[in-house]
Amino acid sequence: MSKKQKKMLVRILISAVMLIGLNLIPVAGLLRMALYLAAYLIIGYDILKKAGKGILNGRVFDENFLMAVATVGAIALAVYEKSGDYNEAIAVMLFYQIGELFQSYAVGKSRKNISALMDIRPDYANIECDGSLEQVDPDEVAVGSIIVVQPGEKVPIDGIITEGTASLNTGALTGESLPREVTVGDEIISGCINMSGVLKIQTTKEFGESTVSKILELVEDSGSRKSKSEDFISKFARVYTPAVCISALLLAVLPPLVSLLLGNPAGWAAWIYRALTFLVISCPCALVISIPLSFFAGIGGASKEGILIKGSNYMETLSQTKIVVFDKTGTLTQGVFEVNGIHHNELEDAKLLEYAALAECASSHPISKSLQRAYGKEIDRNRVTDIEEISGHGLTATVDGVSVAAGNTKLMEQLGIPYADCHCVGTIIHIAIDGTYAGHIVISDIEKPNAKEAIAALKKAGVKQTVMLTGDAKQVAEKVAADLGVDAVHSELLPADKVSEVEKLLADKPLKAKLAFVGDGINDAPVLSRADIGIAMGAMGSDAAIEAADVVLMDDDPMKIAKGIKISRKCLSIVYQNIVFALVIKFACLGLGALGIANMWFAIFADVGVMIIAVLNAIRALRVHKL
Amino acid sequence: MKKTYKIEVDCANCANLMEEAARKTAGVASATVNFMTQKMIVEFEEGQEPKAVMQAVLKACKKVEPDCEIEL
Repeated sequence: MSKKQKKMLVRILISAVMLIGLNLIPVAGLLRMALYLAAYLIIGYDILKKAGKGILNGRVFDENFLMAVATVGAIALAVYEKSGDYNEAIAVMLFYQIGELFQSYAVGKSRKNISALMDIRPDYANIECDGSLEQVDPDEVAVGSIIVVQPGEKVPIDGIITEGTASLNTGALTGESLPREVTVGDEIISGCINMSGVLKIQTTKEFGESTVSKILELVEDSGSRKSKSEDFISKFARVYTPAVCISALLLAVLPPLVSLLLGNPAGWAAWIYRALTFLVISCPCALVISIPLSFFAGIGGASKEGILIKGSNYMETLSQTKIVVFDKTGTLTQGVFEVNGIHHNELEDAKLLEYAALAECASSHPISKSLQRAYGKEIDRNRVTDIEEISGHGLTATVDGVSVAAGNTKLMEQLGIPYADCHCVGTIIHIAIDGTYAGHIVISDIEKPNAKEAIAALKKAGVKQTVMLTGDAKQVAEKVAADLGVDAVHSELLPADKVSEVEKLLADKPLKAKLAFVGDGINDAPVLSRADIGIAMGAMGSDAAIEAADVVLMDDDPMKIAKGIKISRKCLSIVYQNIVFALVIKFACLGLGALGIANMWFAIFADVGVMIIAVLNAIRALRVHKL
Repeated sequence: MKKTYKIEVDCANCANLMEEAARKTAGVASATVNFMTQKMIVEFEEGQEPKAVMQAVLKACKKVEPDCEIEL
């Protein structure tokens, strides 16, 4: 508890004890009134002060003002009616303060819990200095320095391992419990925990640019992108309080006047009491606090599972996802291609592969990588010149002085070179050397082991349609789609075609159904941003993907998509529960208050009780592990 | 230019009011208050001196919620 909260607790206790005491020990006359007033002032002086300041600042309708008017009014009524019942005013103030205290305590506590959940911030980095280790602030470590990470420590900064092997726990980043083995030459990202072995790491980034900082920044900022529900509530709060105040005023004045006109006694006291009850219910606190808290808890819970949701608005959209569009490579398949066959070639297999690997040496496309891997030897880039990439087709280059074209059938057609089709299922790289066809290389990709389950899980989570988009050949695409149970597939697409396919789907879908695009963040930034919600997977360490997507899956497990959707559904259902619950109770109490059935005690429950329940409900959004 | 400030505010509605007050302050292009992380993110208009603008923001916020604090 903070100092402020402790002070409030003491005030609550003193005032509560005084209130009980005054009801048990008979005191009479002015002394009694003075003691009651003292109890009232102890618990409520700050509210009265704030209400006064509010009026001076021209802000009349805030909750302080309302509480002040309601309680002062109740005391005045007690004096006017000579009933001497001051309990109500003090109790209302007391409960209001208890509610506020609980709220600030619960919010502070859950804020702390959620931050602890995301406690991946490293406190220090070890730098070797004359043979001994020195702990320094990670912010002070320059790019290219060598840092030492001992077993049990967090990797503070992204880098490349220069010495040592270790197994890493990436759980804090990915939610994945299996350790990852790393060795010299491997890239290592900050936030992982070293479980065995001492590592020396050459840093490749500053701390502020490292994965850990990026993730923390992203999660902390997420609450600033507000959802529609939050906007609705803040707009509602703006209208609600003045509206209730005006109704209270009308309630205090109109019925007695009507009664007078009809020749009956006015009954001012009863109606004013009802109006004061109104004022107590008029604070929108329960709504205003529980909505951001639910989102914050949901985002915190999701990030613990390795799903980073960049804002409450994305949480909301994700929960309405009905169509999921996938990129094939790296998303549903592993993106690890292997050379499966070399056909129709007159050159030796190895020679053809060499030409292909050299021509593709500058490309980071998974297919190029697999060619380079299959080639197996060091690539001398000096042998290659004039590399020209033709997006979605392939590329042309000059290798050892001969021109090489490597790509799909479209490239061959474009160049006007007759080619031989292949009967194998896979990605076919046709190769032409000096303008004549030289054969093709078959490369195939492996489906991710749980991709099929992931599609089924999505269907179960309420996704109506799954679509796969790929630049790959029709044959391959259809085989993968059939294997996995994807509803529709569009193949042989250029990156720009993917955008237009998504646009087509966006135009056809019903307004309320949202479309999510899932990609690996490489080459699909335009589609990620075009879709209602862009999900990038396997993004650990990839800044571009983290930048472009709305939801980032830290590892490349497609099951996480369904999980993310389920988390967002749970979070949103809690948000709606709270909105409906708070509104129903408040309006019910307003109605009962107007009829004179609900008294001020009732009203304070509607205010404080609802808030406490809403806050407790909101915290439930944090528990998403078993979804 | 965008800057993030740490704030102290107890109730969520007050945070909304602060956000509104900050947005209306001259020199502020946009402002968001994140109640859960207790942060205010302010984007300043071109050529404005953040320090002077933030003084005005603090004053405006104090007006709507006397209890709030902005760490400048």
